[in-house]
Amino acid sequence: MNTTDNTPILVVENIYKSYGKVEILKGASFTVNKGETKVIIGPSGAGKSTLLKCINQLVIPDRGRIFLNGEEVLHSHSQINRFRQKIGMVFQNFYLFDHITALENVEIALLKVKKMKRSEARKKALEELARVGMEDKAHLYPAELSGGQAQRVSIARALAMDPEVMLFDEPTSALDPELTGEVLEVMRNLAKEGMTMVVVTHEMGFASSVADEVLFMEEGNFLESGPPSQIFFHPREERTKKFLSRISELYGELNKNG
Amino acid sequence: MDSLLFIRNELLPELGKGWIVTLKLVFLSIPFGLLTGILIAIGRVYGNRLISSLCRLYVIFFKGCPLLLLLFIIYFGLPSLGITFSPFGASVLGFVICNGAYTSEYIRGAIQSVKTGQMIAAQALGMTKWQAVFYIILPQAFRRALPGVGNEMIYLIKYSSLAYMLTCIELTGAGKIVAARSFRFMETFTVVGIIYLFMVSIATKILQWAEKRLSYPG
Amino acid sequence: MEGLSAVLESLPYILSGISVTLGLVALSLALGFALGVPMAVATVYGNRIIVKIIRVFVFILRGLPNLVLLFLFYFGIFPLLGWNLSPFAIGTITLGLRSAAYQTEIFRGAILSLEEGQMLAALSVGMTKNQAIWNIILPQALRLALPGWSNEYPILLTDSSVTYAIGVAEILTRGSQMVTRTYQPMPIYLTCAIIFILLNWGGMQIIQWGEKKAYIPGLGRKTET
Repeated sequence: MNTTDNTPILVVENIYKSYGKVEILKGASFTVNKGETKVIIGPSGAGKSTLLKCINQLVIPDRGRIFLNGEEVLHSHSQINRFRQKIGMVFQNFYLFDHITALENVEIALLKVKKMKRSEARKKALEELARVGMEDKAHLYPAELSGGQAQRVSIARALAMDPEVMLFDEPTSALDPELTGEVLEVMRNLAKEGMTMVVVTHEMGFASSVADEVLFMEEGNFLESGPPSQIFFHPREERTKKFLSRISELYGELNKNG
Repeated sequence: MDSLLFIRNELLPELGKGWIVTLKLVFLSIPFGLLTGILIAIGRVYGNRLISSLCRLYVIFFKGCPLLLLLFIIYFGLPSLGITFSPFGASVLGFVICNGAYTSEYIRGAIQSVKTGQMIAAQALGMTKWQAVFYIILPQAFRRALPGVGNEMIYLIKYSSLAYMLTCIELTGAGKIVAARSFRFMETFTVVGIIYLFMVSIATKILQWAEKRLSYPG
Repeated sequence: MEGLSAVLESLPYILSGISVTLGLVALSLALGFALGVPMAVATVYGNRIIVKIIRVFVFILRGLPNLVLLFLFYFGIFPLLGWNLSPFAIGTITLGLRSAAYQTEIFRGAILSLEEGQMLAALSVGMTKNQAIWNIILPQALRLALPGWSNEYPILLTDSSVTYAIGVAEILTRGSQMVTRTYQPMPIYLTCAIIFILLNWGGMQIIQWGEKKAYIPGLGRKTET
């Protein structure tokens, strides 16, 4: 499906995280090689979102380690911003900066974090917007964009930093159904172009057609993982089966060729 | 050390007398200011064209005019028209007028935020307009206006100090007199300040308690 | 009419007090802003000790009457420090510190009303916390705070008259001086009132114009479902 080579870009090792007395993550681990797309599925509350945020240290794990390209991702002040530049993140609620236009949203990190020159930053930002199909809406404010458009801009914003890996936290869950298509299309193209991606989603059609591996997470750890054909059609674990049957009732997408 | 003696023997007794005047000023001005605010707000929202405009002018004038200036107008200006007030009386009048203007704005906003359906429903049940206003609209409006109105009352506690400028010897005035006599300005005004902070804190707590007691879901 | 002639006679002197009043207001607003924004940022993002200190400052300066603060500074604090400042300077500093206390609360509320996602997104593209605060949080928070902040203008305008008590030559002081000269309190004080009302109205027009220019559609709207 995707051309991969076997260098692990991202290694997530044994992550534990508790909030007060509640333990959300219980030793979750996985690896992503270059060019791979891994999709994480599971019931809400399983800790999927928290796990993603641990990767770029927006949430600091209690225990466990993260490695990006062999280098350990540490929370130290001086290092973490460098790592975050190489890890792109797309949020469920997009979190576009409301006070600036779409173009400026993509540009701002290039200017302030990468310290590019104005003209270079603008050129790069326009390129990335074109890549997600939003170049003609560059001068609109987030409030003037539809949900799908806003999410595409937020993908462009993350891509502009030339990350080594892209993390997607339920990117289409906050969108009206007819708007999810445009975002999934962008993500599909990214995968085809060879971007290394970790996607948390309920979109099973997307997962079955794009993922190299699907990981099922429940109660803070991965219960089962494997290629999409195995997970969706021959799941080994009982709880995986239960979750999938509930989801396919809602989405009816497992038989579609996404 | 002799600061403390000064405070106990000379300052506190004098301040005590002034403090009582402050309390009198405040406890008179708050209810009448509230009443004025309610009347002006009702006049503004429900009155005919003339009354509504007059109320609007009232608010513009008395919000734009500094309180101290208003006090001077009442105490120094009105006598030339034959109307004289004592320092205390002029102060209360000025506080009531000024407080009424600010309070009316909060109440007006609150009245206008009560859904129009409430009035229609009340009238459909056979209530007259005024019954609807008093039994349905105002109680809801009052709950919404409480934070703003309460805040204005707390301002009143602080602005009562301006009565001193009319030679009404309340807390601040008493302090100034003792301080000027003994040259102990820091100690005096620190104690005066502490008393005001105390009053403001208590008033804030009462306001919070009232907000909780009067709250209903939604 | 004696009243009218008294007013005409006093007008130049009183009108020249406008620059003093507006000077007081502008400088106090500026001081309040310059202190209020950093203090607001500190209360949201700073450590616990700083937050406590600022809270105490805000409590004291919001709880004390203007008159008491003026007396405290004019008769107590500045003489104690040995500083010989003009009444205008003392008035400005006092009103400015008080405005800072109120503005801290206004900006703090505005910062807190922004959704957490704005900071998360800024951090996720590699900005430091400070870069995020300066480039993302503050531009939005300051705009959101405009309506509440613009209230400070009429408040400072009316409070400026209290500096009469320490002898600042603003509008009210000058009016009172002319009253003792002409024995026409009603006409002169009413004139002063009209001047204040006009200054109030004029200032609000400017502020509303500023609000329109700063308007960004959809700012502050939360996308959290």
